[in-house]
Amino acid sequence: MGKVMPLEGNNAIAEAMRQINPDVVAAYPITPSTEIVQTFAKFVADGKVTTNFVAVESEHSAMSACTAAAAAGGRVMNATSANGLALMWEILYITASLRQPVVLNLVNRALSGNINIHCDHSDGMGARDSGWIQIYGENAQEGYDNCIQCVAISEREDVRLPSMNCIDGFFVSHAYEMVEVEEDAAVQEWIGPYKPVRPLLDIKNPYTVGPLDLWDYYFEHKRNQLSAYPNAKEAIIEEGKRFGQAFGREYGLMECVDLEDAEVAVVALGSTAGMCKDVVADLRSKGVKAGLLKLRVFRPFPDAEIVAALRNCKAVAVFDRAASYGASYGPLYSEVAAAMYTRGANVPCVNIIYGLGGREIRPDQIADVYGKLNDIKTTGQPADPVSYVGVRG
Amino acid sequence: MSDRVYSKTAGWQDMAAGGVIPQAGNAEEYATGGWRTFRPVRDDEKCIDCLQCWIYCPDNAIKVIDQKVSGIPYDLVHCKGCGVCAAICPVKCIEMKPETDFEDEN
Ligand code: SF4
Ligand code: SF4
Repeated sequence: MGKVMPLEGNNAIAEAMRQINPDVVAAYPITPSTEIVQTFAKFVADGKVTTNFVAVESEHSAMSACTAAAAAGGRVMNATSANGLALMWEILYITASLRQPVVLNLVNRALSGNINIHCDHSDGMGARDSGWIQIYGENAQEGYDNCIQCVAISEREDVRLPSMNCIDGFFVSHAYEMVEVEEDAAVQEWIGPYKPVRPLLDIKNPYTVGPLDLWDYYFEHKRNQLSAYPNAKEAIIEEGKRFGQAFGREYGLMECVDLEDAEVAVVALGSTAGMCKDVVADLRSKGVKAGLLKLRVFRPFPDAEIVAALRNCKAVAVFDRAASYGASYGPLYSEVAAAMYTRGANVPCVNIIYGLGGREIRPDQIADVYGKLNDIKTTGQPADPVSYVGVRG
Repeated sequence: MSDRVYSKTAGWQDMAAGGVIPQAGNAEEYATGGWRTFRPVRDDEKCIDCLQCWIYCPDNAIKVIDQKVSGIPYDLVHCKGCGVCAAICPVKCIEMKPETDFEDEN
């Protein structure tokens, strides 16, 4: 049986890392993820884990050390935010291309400029094409649960891809919640011992990692890498079920709240989805057929499943906590709309850009969006395809 | 993860995951001579076997047997045609000739 304790999102993740006891953690502190590494470093100093902790001088070095340690044959973890993730950029692609199952806890924060330490998803969305699995948690419990599941998903033989366990900066990372923390032994048993694939430290079986890869092989290698993402999707579903069997909290690609008969629905990631749940409950009590698609897995993008969940709605709003500069729409909207169009779901979809740089979004603002969707449903009038909720002016 | 051997005719399904090279020490098999547009041609009569070209060749494409290079063919599978050997030769006995002169051989 687990133990329920008050924890901040960051501490909940550090707790999961302590129980996982990875071989190597290399990290450089950056707000708001600092506490994860700070707390974990204390576990190392106190001998609570056997992890080799590498204090590096930058995030680029942190991810380089993590990728190399994973290639050497270790179970490896890390944490960062925003500009720290941006500094890892070059290596993010390499980790995924080399198929190293590193787990990075990403505490989502706005990217500069201007300098801002608060939550939005511009960091995670910017890394969306780097090849990492991305799982977004709603609260501290999910940050803890997803951290453990990321290890199992990434390490599956047919996946072997790195994953990001994302939680919203400050809203989740620094807010205390009651979190059910499982027994250390149960977590260890659930993830199982690490079985490295072709560890570089196996000197009896030498091989070359990261060779020059020109026009003659690169395309085939990338196509080969692409073939791992459908497997990753299956792995996320299976490990989410297995987690549910072991600990009672089951996970899937998404959470559908009142979507079966919903006429107006919202798609959201992270902590905002939690607030949307309250708004949906309130609107339902007033007879509005409102629903919510809380997307948990952004990479691999579950397009077929999203369309299946939304195709009977009459109007949909996709919430983006990030802008895509120079594009017409936010990143999540672009992908949801493309999936709907490609799969013949003719549902009017609008894009809501909100919450940049930690600007809060209130339940009444979300209720307003549902109100606008109701107008689209009844009048059939196309509304503004993109609106900015919460910005002055 | 697949662990199959490399071949230029193999499809993506046959590639080792992660783009690793599962066999060790095989750089020798990687033919890099395909870059070459000029080929060094040595006049063995003039060569004084000073071995300067062998020292300076950046790709080990000049072979030495019994401390001599004269009479021993270049390793054209690896020669890039960079012309360093021709430039360094003190008796100027190496000429860089366009590959198009050798189309019949190719
Ligand atoms: S042309 Fe360059 S690569 Fe070729 S033999 Fe001469 S020095 Fe070596
Ligand atoms: S540098 Fe010229 S002379 Fe000297 S060994 Fe080479 S080809 Fe012969």
